[in-house]
Amino acid sequence: MSLSRAKSRKRQRLYLAGAALLAIAGAAALALTAFEESVVFFFSPTEIAAQSPIDEARRLRVGGLVEEGSITKVGSGETTLFVVTDMANSITVSYTGILPDLFREGQGVVAEGSMNSNGQFVAREVLAKHDENYMPREVADALKESGYWQELEAKNAENMLN
Amino acid sequence: MHRFAKPSVFLKLADTLMPWMIAITVITGGTGLYLGLFWSPADYQQGDTVRIMYIHVPTAWMGLFCYVGMAICGAMSLIWKHPLADIAARATAPVGAMFTALCLITGSLWGEPMWGTWWVWDARLTSMLILLFLYLGYMALVNAFDDPERGSKAGSALALVGVVNVPIVKFSVDWWNTLHQPASVARMDGPSIDPSMLWPLMLMAVAFTGYYFIILAIRVRSELNERRIRALQLSGLFEQGDGTTSGSALYDQGHNAGAGK
Repeated sequence: MSLSRAKSRKRQRLYLAGAALLAIAGAAALALTAFEESVVFFFSPTEIAAQSPIDEARRLRVGGLVEEGSITKVGSGETTLFVVTDMANSITVSYTGILPDLFREGQGVVAEGSMNSNGQFVAREVLAKHDENYMPREVADALKESGYWQELEAKNAENMLN
Repeated sequence: MHRFAKPSVFLKLADTLMPWMIAITVITGGTGLYLGLFWSPADYQQGDTVRIMYIHVPTAWMGLFCYVGMAICGAMSLIWKHPLADIAARATAPVGAMFTALCLITGSLWGEPMWGTWWVWDARLTSMLILLFLYLGYMALVNAFDDPERGSKAGSALALVGVVNVPIVKFSVDWWNTLHQPASVARMDGPSIDPSMLWPLMLMAVAFTGYYFIILAIRVRSELNERRIRALQLSGLFEQGDGTTSGSALYDQGHNAGAGK
């Protein structure tokens, strides 16, 4: 009889632990959904456009792809102007300093800084966002030749901007 | 001695498996390191920096794997009061913490040249750091009580609560936009990583898994032995004066002959 009581106590503890875990998971899900704004690492140009005008004192991050042909050097070459796009909207970013090695046209980047009065984004820091594709150079070249590369890049862009 | 029935089965199994686990770990680890560092090609974007992945990704997987193991053992110890489960959970924590710390360190070393920063507070990196703190918190908590049973109760509860973080780590890159790239291997449409890089990665993952089980077996065995010594000391079999010398003789016999009883 004491054996069955021990068994039922064990079952009770099992249910209790299961219920507690469910409650905690639910609470975590609710909290993370509620604070989604602060959990996301960057805003897309479309989200920025939806929020504008943005206070010039506010620091934020904008992420997207560097638009093809948009990179220009200004001044003595230390300041770079480029356009970050999510294919729907775009935003001009100016950055003074050394850009990461992976920075180039078509690359996913995240810039941190603030908006200025001309609607330009003045970046204090520019980070390159690496994609999830790993391949040797020969494979990349072969893909470029076969024309599959565009498809891959389009998929990357979609992933980056989801 | 019925309390040691299960541990004895574990020790026997661990004894049988140990040479195999060591062989698998050494062979896959050696091959994986060689393939990863010398044979596999440089990445088209990252160059040789990609080789950090062969350590970084398996340690990340193991950090999560060990945590799930620790939480399951914690639950078994909490619900069914299984003594071996508690020992296994305690034995897993430092190994998992080491894997998680290695993952964070190697990730940081990769992030500096690739992203242009050592660290950002995005969802993936932050949730991984929380995983490390959960391990450290568990280790601190189980040792914070004079009564080890209260310690494991509190620790197991923490391990179970923290398990909520595991899917957050895994899916953080899908649920929110992050600086960290999405999954390359465990994804719906198959790995987006060239086979020449996937092979060394998988070998390293097997090696790290083997390493974990080897360390787990060793740590559980030493903890069981320690408990046996303590039990023998309590039962007065040891003389108080020269307890250590006669103790080790008794212990050796017990370890070899009595473990199966």
